[in-house]
Amino acid sequence: MVENRPFTTLLAHVVLILGVVVVAFPLYVTFVASTLTYDQIITVPMPLTPGDQFFENYGQVLRSGSAKGSHAAVLPMLANSLAMAVGVAVGKIAISIVSAFAIVYFRFPLRRFFFWMIFVTLMLPIEVRIIPTYGVAASLHLLNSYSGLILPLIASATATFLFRQFYLTIPDELAEAARIDGAGPLRFFWDVLLPLSRTNIAALFVILFILGWNQYLWPLLITSEESMYTVVIGIKRMISGGDAANEWNLIMATAMLALLPPAIVVVLMQKWFVKGLVETEK
Amino acid sequence: MEKRVVFQSKWLPYALVAPQIAITAIFFFWPAVQAGYFSFLVQDPFGQSSKFVWFQNFRDLVRDTNYLESFQTTAVFSLAVALSGIAISLLLAVMAERVVRGATIYKTLLIWPYAVAPAVAGVLWAFLFAPSLGIVAYWLDRLGVAWNYNVNGGQAMLLVVIAATWKQISYNFLFFLAGLQSIPRSLLEAAAIDGATPLRRFWTIVFPLLSPTTFFLLVINVVYAFFDTFGVIDATTEGGPASATQILVYKVYFDGVKGSDLGGSAAQSVVLMAIVIALTVVQFRFVEKKVQY
Repeated sequence: MVENRPFTTLLAHVVLILGVVVVAFPLYVTFVASTLTYDQIITVPMPLTPGDQFFENYGQVLRSGSAKGSHAAVLPMLANSLAMAVGVAVGKIAISIVSAFAIVYFRFPLRRFFFWMIFVTLMLPIEVRIIPTYGVAASLHLLNSYSGLILPLIASATATFLFRQFYLTIPDELAEAARIDGAGPLRFFWDVLLPLSRTNIAALFVILFILGWNQYLWPLLITSEESMYTVVIGIKRMISGGDAANEWNLIMATAMLALLPPAIVVVLMQKWFVKGLVETEK
Repeated sequence: MEKRVVFQSKWLPYALVAPQIAITAIFFFWPAVQAGYFSFLVQDPFGQSSKFVWFQNFRDLVRDTNYLESFQTTAVFSLAVALSGIAISLLLAVMAERVVRGATIYKTLLIWPYAVAPAVAGVLWAFLFAPSLGIVAYWLDRLGVAWNYNVNGGQAMLLVVIAATWKQISYNFLFFLAGLQSIPRSLLEAAAIDGATPLRRFWTIVFPLLSPTTFFLLVINVVYAFFDTFGVIDATTEGGPASATQILVYKVYFDGVKGSDLGGSAAQSVVLMAIVIALTVVQFRFVEKKVQY
């Protein structure tokens, strides 16, 4: 804003409030629906104020899923999602940070080749190799397991690039000083690089946690037992048949449970989240 | 870019890159090679044997009207998602830039949809638009619009576009905000001194200076619409009705997993790979150079 024009400032607020309302509207309706009874939902129009079934609905889905659709309890699904999200985030960060360290701080034959290999993975999102990847996972006996959910997803180029870029900006003097003091590479990594990388790690963790939690296609293929479902898949399985038969109040309760953890992470760690987004896209 | 100071070790670097290279080789390259290999095969109906048929699968794809239709559907879908997402978030970012008080609150309230999984976003909007009981469907009904996306292909497309765009608005908003904040104040002040109205300033100064960000977001949004929206489609329309929302990536899944057409699905994967590579090349060669934060 260059000059003070009250009208345009007012207009800006109006547009922003409208934007927030449109963006928040689905969430509000979902929350309201999750507190109503089944009958209240199927009589149109649905009430727009929260009902009184909060504990009943959430208790129901957490313990035993929906009554007419899938009977998978949501609480174990939440645990699976958590395991997957944390596993993917930690796994990606761990293997990328050491790869980046090796590529930046060492000279060795095949260095460029490995770097190129990692780069090419940017061009192969999982959706284009979905069936063969499933085949490989199956032949390695990884179906319906946490390893199967997590391992195929943790080779990521973006994290490696992020760390590589960051390491390239670290002054050489630090490495020189470390060598002069007799520190080996691992010591340097552990005592110097890692502490410096803390903000990058935090930012990446937020982004990767959300990515891991929201995975859909891969868990869909690799899990066939209800006990291994993630909560995002669980919602889909609850929607069966025509509209009227779906217990929307329970489905919406599950949806709320599915989106709250990542949303909370985003809101609480907003600063790191924004940093992570902007850094990984460079 | 090279470091001047490096460490010496015969084995340590290999040990450090080994986990990533191993996972990449096993779960990326090997399946990709297999997809390429499968695309040259045709399986018999029971999946017992397969025959090497060179490019026949690809030839069949080009002649398959369903596949070409899927291309068109994907093009419409991705353009709709990208353009509307960019337009809406640009508007919101410009407005957020103007307000001084409450900027952080607006920002927090506008970025959380990024956390929602595409599949969940699909479910939320499908509920709002559900033909017999959704609240928005009800309002549309009151307005005289016959709404049933299970039957009307155009309406199904509208639904998935809305669900997919809703999620991306926060992402685009953040990047536009960063881009807007990097525009030098002095340029805008000079224009204001010369008598330019805010609207004029926007179109002649802000928008052109934002073009690297806009182009970058265009590529990102198209890639998003091509691949990450699988969950939206699967959770709402499953490619229907009558393939009206069957985007390319969904067709790969549908033909491969539900239709058991290994060769055809693999050929489609290869085509998609080519598209991704092209998009990534575009992103890295033309966009990365110009974007500044």
